[in-house]
Amino acid sequence: MPDEIKSPSAPPPEGEPKPTADNPAVPGGVKATSSGSVQAEAKAPAEKSASDAAAVPAKAVAAATAAPPAAKPAAPPKAPVPTPVPWDSPIIAKLKGCYGSGIEPLTYAGQNYMVVDRSLIPEILQVLRNEEQFDYCVDITAVHYPTREKQFDVIWVLYSFARNERIRVKTQIVDGESLPSSVPIWVGANWLEREVFDMFGIKFDGHPDMKRILLPDGWKGHPLRKDYGILQQDNEWVQINLGIESGQ
Amino acid sequence: MTDPNSTLTPLDLETPEKPFLDANELVINMGPQHPATHGVLRVILRLDGEKVLGLECVIGYLHRGVEKIGEHRTYTMFNPYVDRMDYVAAVSNGLGYCETVEKLLNVEAPARAQHVRVILTELNRIASHQLWLGTHALDIGAITPLFYTFRDREEILKIYEKYCGARLTTHAFRIGGLQYETYTGFEKEVKNFLTFFRPKIDEYEELLTTNRIWVERTKNVGRISAQDCIALGVTGPVLRASGVKWDLRKAQPYANYKNFDFEIPIGENGDTYDRYLVRMAEMRQSVRIIEQAVNALPEGPIMAKVPKVMKPAAGEVYHSIEAPKGELGYFIVSDGSTQPYRVRVRPPSFVNLQALDKMCRGQLVADVIAVIGTLDIVLGEVDR
Repeated sequence: MPDEIKSPSAPPPEGEPKPTADNPAVPGGVKATSSGSVQAEAKAPAEKSASDAAAVPAKAVAAATAAPPAAKPAAPPKAPVPTPVPWDSPIIAKLKGCYGSGIEPLTYAGQNYMVVDRSLIPEILQVLRNEEQFDYCVDITAVHYPTREKQFDVIWVLYSFARNERIRVKTQIVDGESLPSSVPIWVGANWLEREVFDMFGIKFDGHPDMKRILLPDGWKGHPLRKDYGILQQDNEWVQINLGIESGQ
Repeated sequence: MTDPNSTLTPLDLETPEKPFLDANELVINMGPQHPATHGVLRVILRLDGEKVLGLECVIGYLHRGVEKIGEHRTYTMFNPYVDRMDYVAAVSNGLGYCETVEKLLNVEAPARAQHVRVILTELNRIASHQLWLGTHALDIGAITPLFYTFRDREEILKIYEKYCGARLTTHAFRIGGLQYETYTGFEKEVKNFLTFFRPKIDEYEELLTTNRIWVERTKNVGRISAQDCIALGVTGPVLRASGVKWDLRKAQPYANYKNFDFEIPIGENGDTYDRYLVRMAEMRQSVRIIEQAVNALPEGPIMAKVPKVMKPAAGEVYHSIEAPKGELGYFIVSDGSTQPYRVRVRPPSFVNLQALDKMCRGQLVADVIAVIGTLDIVLGEVDR
């Protein structure tokens, strides 16, 4: 049996993966999280170096897919770091023609997505739905990058039954900025947007019922923000409503 | 004789829209502790007598912050957590998660592992549909199917128990393949199960398909059109019962489903009865897939070469599979460290539950129970 993963009954202590010959433990390489203290990490995935990264990594990705086990774990520095590369299609050509530089089409691991300027979001989503047949809104979600000026990525995952194609639309917004609701475009966006509001505090203008969905209505704080600790809770709410000192 | 001091006026049955005691529209609360809501779902019903004018779902009672936990565990450590979302289809959850991380790591599980994954996942689809059938029929008033389905589901759980030691939250797969080689006699037991189970589907159908009470309670109940399904993002058997021939196993094949021959059963009317028929047909198709997989089980390694400390390159990936309830998607953002920067789960039950309001409007209160059952939700997955 290959030497992989221990059974869940004996996980390595958190924050301390066992150092191996090829993967020495790097101090600070893992997050110390068990304390429940506020995390403010200066980490943001390098994701927008696409235009200058050109097509070389794409070939490397393709080659690696063809022979996955060939890459020896002993030489991680040799493997080129995959980066998003631009992609092109008739949709992109058309959208670029209409909206110009506000759209940055990228592909990563064989998946296409476009980074769209915040101001173009309502139009782009409408066009994708009405003209490009992306009639199924799979998911709406967000990612928090506290160290960035534009703190939030908001992501729409769209699918077209007619084209059998999945696409992601991504935009960046600053904290406190709201987005237009896409409920008029896809009815199913209703709960998905409510969840984004609940977890990140991002409001959607024009949403028919913008309130929390998973957490109680009176809860304070938005748990999926990075500055919300994993053991953090709304103590006041817990004490008043559950009649206990702490939920922990 | 009438009491002259009475302020009550006699009930006017001819014009029911006329308010009587201002009680024409009634708001009642159902759940969260209600045996027919399959967990802790609370539904606020607006009623006109027995007729449902609209409803609102209140969810979140089982919220455990799975996505937050994911950001604080390594890729490997988060793997067992996903089993606890849709706990009646834990194997499917694990498959989706492992495949997503494999995409991030750019590795592929070996052929033998892929085959075993398909066998276990399809067994899980059968188990999930069996549990759905038993509880759904129980909600509607038929007790017997519950005993039949649980009796047969036990055989699947025994295979799981022998394979990985767990029956429900199995943690059957690992990132890169499988942890355990199949036990001696695995193939034989799976084949025995298929021979045992095939006539059982007919047995279930015999109990229900032409049963007059069942048909009365399910035909034309909770109808939803294909357009509404798509607009609401509803997937899985609910979408297929409305006539859309769409299954991720065919549309965007993952694992090695493209090697197997099977059909996508669809319905016509999009009502509760059609959804029942679709799921019954799906069990038969799953049997077909398992049979092909177990007969062609290749030899070879069960684990791809994956580093012990997983540090996928920075990037983000969305990958989804056809879980028994619909499209189960994972969106994982990596920042190059050992822990995911963000894990998003796109749960089919959560999105499908949104259609409850649409499906129940104009129906009777008793039909709400039937529709909740037919949506096949698991609150552990809705609330995460």
